[in-house]
This record gives sequence, C-alpha cells and structure tokens, in this order.
Amino acid sequence: MKLVRSLMLLLCLSIVIAACGGEATPTAAPAPTTAAATPTTASAAEATATVEVTAVAEVSPTVPTTTTTEPAGGSLVVYSGRSESLVAPLLELFTQETGIAVEVRYGDTAEMAAQILEEGDNSPADVFFGQDAGALGALSDRFVQLDRSLLNLVDPRFVSSEGTWVGASGRARVLVYNTDVLTSTDLPASILDLTKPEWKGRVAWAPTNGSLQAFVTALRVSQGEDVAKQWLEGMIANDVKVYESNSAIVKAVASGEVDTGLVNHYYLFALKKEQPDAKAANHYFGNGDIGSLVNVAGVGVLKTAKNPEAAQIFANYLLSDGAQLYFADKTNEYPLVAGIITNPAIKPLGEIITPNIDLSNLKDLQGTLELLQDVGAIQ
Amino acid sequence: MVFKHLRFRSGRWSALFLTISAGLIALIMVLPVGYLLLRTSEAGSAAWAQLQRPSTLRVFTGSALLAITVTAGSLLIGLPLAWLTTRTNLPGARIWLTLIMLPMAIPSYIGAWAIIAVLGPRGLVQQWLEPLGIERLPEVYGFWGAAGALILFGYPYIVLNVRVALRKLDPALEEAARSLGQRSSHIFWRITLPQLRPALAAGSLLVILYALSDFGAVSLLRYNSFTRAIYLQYRASFDRTGAAVLSLLLVGLACGLLAAEALSRGRARYYRSSAGVSRQPKLVGLGVWRWPALIFCAIVVLFAVVLPIVAIVAWLIIGLRAGQSWNLQLTDLANSLLAASLAALVTIVLAFPVVFLAVRYPSRLTSLIERATYVGYALPGIVVALALVFWGANYLPWAYQTLGLLILAYAVRFLPQAIGSLRTSLLQINPRLEEAGRSLGQPAWRVVLSVTLPLLRPGIISGAALVFLSTLKELPATLLLGPTGFHTLATDIWNNTAELRFSQTALPALLLMVAAGASLALLLANERKT
Repeated sequence: MKLVRSLMLLLCLSIVIAACGGEATPTAAPAPTTAAATPTTASAAEATATVEVTAVAEVSPTVPTTTTTEPAGGSLVVYSGRSESLVAPLLELFTQETGIAVEVRYGDTAEMAAQILEEGDNSPADVFFGQDAGALGALSDRFVQLDRSLLNLVDPRFVSSEGTWVGASGRARVLVYNTDVLTSTDLPASILDLTKPEWKGRVAWAPTNGSLQAFVTALRVSQGEDVAKQWLEGMIANDVKVYESNSAIVKAVASGEVDTGLVNHYYLFALKKEQPDAKAANHYFGNGDIGSLVNVAGVGVLKTAKNPEAAQIFANYLLSDGAQLYFADKTNEYPLVAGIITNPAIKPLGEIITPNIDLSNLKDLQGTLELLQDVGAIQ
Repeated sequence: MVFKHLRFRSGRWSALFLTISAGLIALIMVLPVGYLLLRTSEAGSAAWAQLQRPSTLRVFTGSALLAITVTAGSLLIGLPLAWLTTRTNLPGARIWLTLIMLPMAIPSYIGAWAIIAVLGPRGLVQQWLEPLGIERLPEVYGFWGAAGALILFGYPYIVLNVRVALRKLDPALEEAARSLGQRSSHIFWRITLPQLRPALAAGSLLVILYALSDFGAVSLLRYNSFTRAIYLQYRASFDRTGAAVLSLLLVGLACGLLAAEALSRGRARYYRSSAGVSRQPKLVGLGVWRWPALIFCAIVVLFAVVLPIVAIVAWLIIGLRAGQSWNLQLTDLANSLLAASLAALVTIVLAFPVVFLAVRYPSRLTSLIERATYVGYALPGIVVALALVFWGANYLPWAYQTLGLLILAYAVRFLPQAIGSLRTSLLQINPRLEEAGRSLGQPAWRVVLSVTLPLLRPGIISGAALVFLSTLKELPATLLLGPTGFHTLATDIWNNTAELRFSQTALPALLLMVAAGASLALLLANERKT
C-alpha cells in the first residue's frame, strides 16, 4: 500500500538522518576533539571567542586540568531554567574540569520549577539552575542547606536567607532609553517619578514578565502595599505601553516605537550583538532606589538528588573564578564573587547602590499577581 | 446500547473489541483532566476564590468570543479556497493549493512575531511608508490582531478537511440536479454544501480547539485568552491551583462547544447509496470570475505565507551581515522528523478504533468516547505536559522522559486531528461494502484491511500529515517530556528567541518550514495519484 510505504519511507528517512547526525545529547560529554584542543574550542562557535581565551586561560593555564582538580567522575542531572545558548559552553567547561558528565534539561525557569514540583520525590533532577530568586524561593523546601563556606563567597544580599540557594550571577533593573530622543540628564532618579505627567505615554513595561513582577514584589515588601498600588495605578493612568517581554521592549525602544522601557540591563547588550548601532542606552536609577533592584540567577541542590556530591561540586563550580568570568563576558551579567572584573561597557555592580531587600522575600509572587490583576495591569 | 445497531453476529465481537479499545484510548486522553481535578480538589477554598475573580469571567467570555470569531473567519477563507482549488479551473490551482496550505508549516509564535515585525506600529511597512509622512501604523495588538493571526494559521484545517470531502463527493447528485435545470449557485448551496457538513464540522472543531489552546499568537499579540491567563499563573506564582481552575473552566468551555457541534451533526448519512466507480466531477469554469478568485488567493498567501517568510529572511540577512556563525543542527532536524513521524503513526493507529466505533456503532456511549478524546486538544500544551509529568514521574518512572511518553503526549494533544480526518472519510464509505465482504466469509479484520483501509486513504494521509505538522511545531511537551538532551527544531527556535537572538532563530525556523513544506508536498503528490 502506498500510504504505508510513504509513511515507512518517512520513518526510515528520519532514522537514517538521526543516525548520521550522531550523538543526540551534545552536552553529555565533551567531543574527543574538544578535549585535545585548546580551551577555546568549546566556545569556537561564539563570535567573541577572543574574550573567552583570556578568561579561561587565567583560571586554568594547564589545559586538561586533571592535574589541578581530582576528576570526580560520575554524572549529574541539571534542570536549567537558563537557556542553552547562554550556559551550554559553561557546562561543557565544567565537565572538562571535573570529569563529571552532565545531562541538562533546558526550559523556561518557571516551567522547570513547576516540573520539579510535579515530579515530587521522583524528580530525576540533582540541581536546579534558575534565573529568578522567586523561582528559587518557590523550590526552597525541596533544596538542601548549602555549606556556609559556599554561601560566604557571595554578598549576603544575593543569597537565600534560609541558606537553601546561592546567587551565581546578578541582573540589574534599568530604564532603557532611545538615545535619539533622550540624554541621560533627562532621566529621573527614582522609578516612582515615572508616573509624572512628562512621562505620559513614553514608558514601556512587561507586566506579565517575571523580572517586572519581582520588582513589584520588592516594591510591596519595601514600601508597602499602598505605595505599590499607587505606583501601578499611576503608571496605567500615565498610559504605560504594554509589551510581552524585556527583549520586545528593548527592540521597541531601539526602533523608536517607544521612548523608554523598564528592563534588565543585559538585554541591551544582546541586542547590540545583532544591531551594533542600536540607538539605545541603559539608565540606572539613583542611590538605593527601588528601581535599581538586582535580582539573581542561582543554584539549589535538591534533597532528592541521586548524585548529591556531584551536585555540590557543581554548585561550587558556578562560584569559581572561571564560571564567574564566563558570566561577565558571555551573558553580560554581574559576577557575584568579589574581585571579578565586569565587562567594561557595563556599569560595575559595586557602583550600584541596591535597595535594601531580602531576595528570599520575593517569593510572594501570588500577592503581586493579585495586585497586578486588581489594578488592571494584567487581566 | 451498542449492540442494538448490529446487524450480523460476527460484528458483536468486533463491537465489543472496539468499545473496549476505544474506551481505553479515551481514558488515556482524559488523563490531563484527572490531573486537573486532583490539583483543584487539593486547593479547596483557593480554587473557589479563583473562580469568583471578575477576571475569570472576562477571560471566559473573551476566549469564547475569540474562538467563535476565528472559526467564522477560517470558514470564510477556507471554504472558498478549498472549492476553488478542487472543483474549478483556477489557473495554477496546484501551486495555489501548495501555497495556501503552507501556513500550517509556520508555528503561530513565528507567524505572530512576523506580523508584528512587518505590520507593527513601527514595523517594516511603516518604514517603507515613512517617506510619505506616516509615522505610526494603527496597533496590531489586541483582539483583532490575535483573531487575524489565528485565522491565518487556522483556515488550512478547513481547507484540508473540505478538500477530502469534495473529492469523495458523488458527482451524480450534482448532475441530477443540473439535469433538472438548477443553476450552479443553487446546486452549490442546496446540494454540495449540505454534503460538506461533516467536513466543515470536523474542520471547525479543530479550528475552535486550536484557537482555544494556542499560546504563541495570543501572547505575542497581547490578547488575554485562557491560555495566556493559565501561563501567567504558572509563570508568576508557580501556583498550580489557579492554573488548574482556569484549565478546568477551559475544558468546560470546550465541552460546551463539542456538545453544540454534536447537536448540529444530526443523523444524516453521507455515503453514496449505490455501488459504482468513483468518478471525478467535472471542473467548474470560472470565466471572468477567475480574476477576483486569483486576487483572493493572492491576498491570503501574501499575509499568511509571504509575510512570515519575508520576516524570517530579513533576520537571516541581518544575521549574515553581522557575521553570525551558523551551526546547522542536522541532528535536531532528524529528531524533529523522527518524533513527528512516530507521532503521526501512533496517533493514526489510536484514532482507528475510536472512529470505527463512533461511525459504525453510533450511540450515546460511543459519541461520549469520541468526544472525550478531544479534550486534550483544547488544553494548552503546558497543561497537558505537566499532567503527563505528574502521571509519568509518579506512576510510570520507567517511561518518564523517554521518547515513548513524549509520543504519547503528542497523541493526547493531536488525536482529534487524526479523528476528524478519518471520520470525514469513513462517513463516505457505505457500510454495505464491508457487509458484502463479510458475507463472502471474510473475517472482519480482513475486510477492514482489504476493503475499508484503501478507501480511507485520503483521510489517513491528511490526518497523518496534520499530526506530523503539529508535532513539528509543538513546544511545551517537547521541552518538559522529551528525553534529556533531545533537541528539536522547535526547541532550537525557543532557545534562541528566549535570548533575543532573532537572527539565530531564522535558520531553525526556515528548516522547520522546509521540513513541514516537504511533508505537505508529499501529501499533495500522494493525493494526486489517488
């Protein structure tokens, strides 16, 4: 029968291509060529390979680093809420340095957190690598206590107060603005000023996005429900433009669709990789203003981990100099361990006076969601 | 209840067998609902509070309105296109057919993004018009933007179903009417259209459920439908209660629509009364009308096909100019094809008992079984995926995160696509053909293989093609249920858009559309041979 034949043909074709394509799990182990070659090979695909050379060379001058680190062997299952294009090269470096094979599941941070909650005690995950303090907080009950020595590497501002997760990289809230229309002196010192009449119809936000919601939670926690509610209502009354994501806002600002937008600092640098002449810049709000909140991407080790030792090694690795340099150079985030130099194009973390907020308190997102719904920011 | 309709003894066993196997399949398909009930019952008063929020009612009516608008729009576009490409002498009909089916190969998240990039307030079109002094285009966001995008990606479901029916239509009916002196338009409305009812109903149902479950388009075009509200709940609070309550309401809405469709079906028969060689009806000459017909086709193709392709190619060029390195992922292409072919195969096999039972032994029970299989299609992918994460990790740990469970998830999501197509075909096969076969002493399975199956081929092919295409585009189930390290083109696209790498997205998106386009071409070529 022709139908059966064509279906079989399609199937065979796929199998053949699958077989030719080779290994289906690219991150499971380093390819043989990678191990033998220079440390840049892992990131050869990246355009800015030169930065990587210096970064890795500083950390591990001898290349197969087995001399410095005892290879622990074994394997590790990482649930990554961070995307593959950003962190896969880092995980390959981890395998090279420790000999621990890594299996990674990539997904959205919230979806991965929900998946771990659904899996319950049967979760195959050893560690969760997420990009939001709220998601890490939601999984807090499923994480083990981390060692003091590890937690102490990072400023207490960026660590779970319960000691269940630790921040690995920082992400600052900024106001991105179109440099054709505005200069830095035009911009307000406080995010609360954006409700003033001169900003009517000129600001974009993404109320469905996790980073803005984390900010609103911080506003509620630090200045109370009333101030948060007033600000949200003021923004809506001021004709704030609604977007779906930070990336959409940065694009809209660069194209002149809207003058300014509330986003995280690194989206601008991602855009500039594709459009080097993009007409946009970041503005940081003033000293200690709630608008300059710094959220984290971080890691927690699951109580149900099958390979708890490898999981601990992984958590330590994310705070090693090599990994921290990687965040500075590749993802344009802030390294959180002291003494690592940030990308010079970015305002250093040390110069940002962050608001006085316990990131562990940012897990009350349900309250924020209800507030956003009550004022009509989201339906 | 079932057995009342049996006319011969050997059928009793096949009916029993069909009822049991179809019942089991239906049970698997309602697993997500079981999960939702479990989550909601655990929540207690929080679930009640969610139900009483004014926003819940807004989302409910908004979603229903969107689904109805999208279906009406898809019928308005899909029915004429199906007729023009099947029954008229439209110039270049085969090429137009391929082109108008192409939107099925474009994921709604890419299509909606392209609409914004081109037609947005400061999109490409605005930039072209800028010299004329136009600084902003009207907003594409909101209800009409979302409805427009979903219509553009939904109408092919109508075309596909209606074409199969049009081709199997007995020309004798129309010829009889013509010999009685009826005018062409009259024949279409009074003879042809009523015959198309099952196909229109099956296609509409797919469009309705597609509109209800789509996330990409409504999210990018900022319309707050159920799917978006459910995603928001997950994203914002990791709270599965609110999401579960909203999902159950969505199931309720889908059940209402399913019941309405069932009522409209009636008890009509659609197979030909007499045996005979199936003939192709004569093509209708369009005359001067071919110009408006061509313009109509061109406009649809411009918005649904050219626009997304222009956007993708534009980003490809931007990426090339910026000196981007392309790591062409052949493995991911192969994974996509493998998963989609397996899903098409499994889903068609699962659809068989359900369709046979529902069509050959119609009763309340069998209709209920058939309807139950539609539920998974109305739910957003994330809900189905998390339900299978829950059942899989806790009750089938050996199957969890294997290709097998992933294929099952695709089947739960897309079984109605196979059922709709098969059902339309089977309705047009006179059961007396099977009875004749059996009266010659052939066992039932043999009759099905040698008589029914070959006649069902158009339905099988279109059903398999639908599932194949949907699987290629599917994202949440692939992310949450695929074996670790199992990458497909869809996950590549997600991975790159998540980090704003639009130009990196262009290549996998293009590959995905080529793969889907190739399978469409295969489908259309096969159709011609019949």
